[in-house]
Amino acid sequence: MSVLVYIDHSDGHIKKSSFEALSYGAAVAKQLGLPAEALLLGTVTDDLSALGKYGVATIQQVNNDSLNHLDAQVQTKVIAEAVQSTGATIVVFSHNQTGKALAPRVAASLKAGLVTGAVALPDTSSGFVVKKSVFSGKAFANVNITSPVKVISLNPNSYKTVAGDDKPASVNLLNIAVEDSRVKVTAVNKVKGEVPLTEADIVVSGGRGLKGPENWGIVEDLAHALHAATACSRPVADSHWRPHHEHVGQTGIQIAPNLYIAIGISGAIQHLAGVNRSKHIVVINKDPEAPFFKAADYGIVGDAFDVVPKLTEEIKKIRQ
Amino acid sequence: MKILVCISKTPDTTSKIAFKDNNTKFEEAGVQWIINPYDEWYSLVRAIELKEKDPSVIIHLVTVGTADAEPVIRKALALGGDEAIRINATSDDSFYVGSQIAEIAKQGGYDLIFTGKETIDYNGSAIGGIIAELLDVPYVSLATKFDLNGDVATVTREIDGGEEVAEIKLPLVVSCAKGVAEQRIPNMRGIMAARTKPLKAVEPAAVDALTTIASYELPPAKAGVKLIPADNVAELVRLLHEEAKVI
Ligand SMILES: Cc1cc2nc3c(=O)[nH]c(=O)nc-3n(C[C@H](O)[C@H](O)[C@H](O)COP(=O)(O)OP(=O)(O)OC[C@H]3O[C@@H](n4cnc5c(N)ncnc54)[C@H](O)[C@@H]3O)c2cc1C
Ligand SMILES: Nc1ncnc2c1ncn2[C@@H]1O[C@H](COP(=O)(O)O)[C@@H](O)[C@H]1O
Repeated sequence: MSVLVYIDHSDGHIKKSSFEALSYGAAVAKQLGLPAEALLLGTVTDDLSALGKYGVATIQQVNNDSLNHLDAQVQTKVIAEAVQSTGATIVVFSHNQTGKALAPRVAASLKAGLVTGAVALPDTSSGFVVKKSVFSGKAFANVNITSPVKVISLNPNSYKTVAGDDKPASVNLLNIAVEDSRVKVTAVNKVKGEVPLTEADIVVSGGRGLKGPENWGIVEDLAHALHAATACSRPVADSHWRPHHEHVGQTGIQIAPNLYIAIGISGAIQHLAGVNRSKHIVVINKDPEAPFFKAADYGIVGDAFDVVPKLTEEIKKIRQ
Repeated sequence: MKILVCISKTPDTTSKIAFKDNNTKFEEAGVQWIINPYDEWYSLVRAIELKEKDPSVIIHLVTVGTADAEPVIRKALALGGDEAIRINATSDDSFYVGSQIAEIAKQGGYDLIFTGKETIDYNGSAIGGIIAELLDVPYVSLATKFDLNGDVATVTREIDGGEEVAEIKLPLVVSCAKGVAEQRIPNMRGIMAARTKPLKAVEPAAVDALTTIASYELPPAKAGVKLIPADNVAELVRLLHEEAKVI
């Protein structure tokens, strides 16, 4: 019996969300008195032994380069076999795009109960109860997993990375055959040079109050000063002021950064559904009645074109 | 070409979220039920578009739900689709729901199965992957574009930090996100036609649920917004730095 954490990576690097998943998996293992291990499909250039500091002693690796590309059908077979051979009883993923493709397949393959979007450690005082986000961030459900094998995917930015002693992890190569993929990838378009929205600690977001795409300079300057990702409301993406991958909300991306700064966004319930799990929310809006203020921690009633450049200047001062 | 579109019902996006029976059940009183937006706007509409291009396409809708799901499935039929199957059960367990649909899919021999990206009440993002695994066919999660050329699909999907375009031979399960199609409003003819379209109820297969919801909770109420005067932006920065400790 052990806890096995799936390591997500791209371009040779392990993703930040995986450090959270590793920390989470290690804590679950500790809670249950089980060993924590990690599972890496494919190859990375990062130093794997350094993952020991998140509390895993062993990295199980299937070092077949074809696994660097995600095909959920192919990877699921490999993961299921790794689970069998390591005797893992709890498998942890990140609830990001990779985890959304994999966790359900792996759960079905193992006939394991699944909780996606977990936000806290399990409560094992009676059963195995995992708290997950439901109703698009408006509530939580405590879900009891009753099957012997369990699959959990962890919401990004919900569990703090815990880096402990630098005890190096050892790497164990697993010899598992990999099937050919039935998916022929013809193009990959990655957003380059920006902070990915789902992994960003700080997100600066603009709405229709900014009037037009030509005014986004003030949003980008602020984001730059904060090393933040940029986002937008749905009408902004629909009007092609900003690319669709920036659209947050019910129909867009759901995020939970430490800080969300909403500029010229009214705070419609469908927008809030994508951002209400943010730890801190700042709202800048010229209308004191804007519903967003009800969901905010800090607010400035004022004109964005006046407030935002000043805010950028103040941030630069403090960051110097 | 046979397409199966998975339809779930959810509370309207503006519904008040409250719980009853010691926080173990969702309070349904006064709630308006709608078709889960991802199922309606994206997967169902895309299936209808494929049928409009090729009238030989057959569209079946499937829902796992008790009789009270019928108004919602009729609404879906008003948009399009040839007939609907209701599996007479309810469950919050993804494996249970996915297994029921996979069972129907095996019997019906579908080339293509569409789900929404997620339900806006349970937020599982899970059913499509479970169906695909149980059928042992490829799964494209979070599709933002879908085209068919004979029995080869060209699909764009979200990956972490970008998107990927791939060609995949059917059969296939796809979960549909924004971009796959545009929202439509049902017309009078569709609403009339939906009344006579077959909607058959079948009993569920024997499957064990692997999870149960022990309770619900609401997030702690926000302390209330701290307003900072617009001419004192430095104070906001100080609060973010010293109080919230986020910058
Ligand atoms: C089913 C459904 C799903 C939806 N999904 C989403 C979703 O995923 N994401 C989403 O965002 N929306 C979504 N919507 C739309 C949502 O209901 C709102 O219409 C939308 O969020 C409004 O965007 P906005 O706040 O940018 O624009 P508006 O509502 O027009 O608000 C603009 C705000 O800017 C302020 N403002 C104007 N000028 C200034 C200035 N100079 N300085 C400061 N403030 C200024 C105004 O006071 C106003 O509050 C959805 C709707 C439905 C029905
Ligand atoms: N009870 C259900 N009946 C039919 N389809 C469902 C049901 N629940 C979920 N689905 C489908 O699976 C998708 C993802 O659901 P979920 O995994 O719950 O987020 C939804 O968008 C629907 O297309």
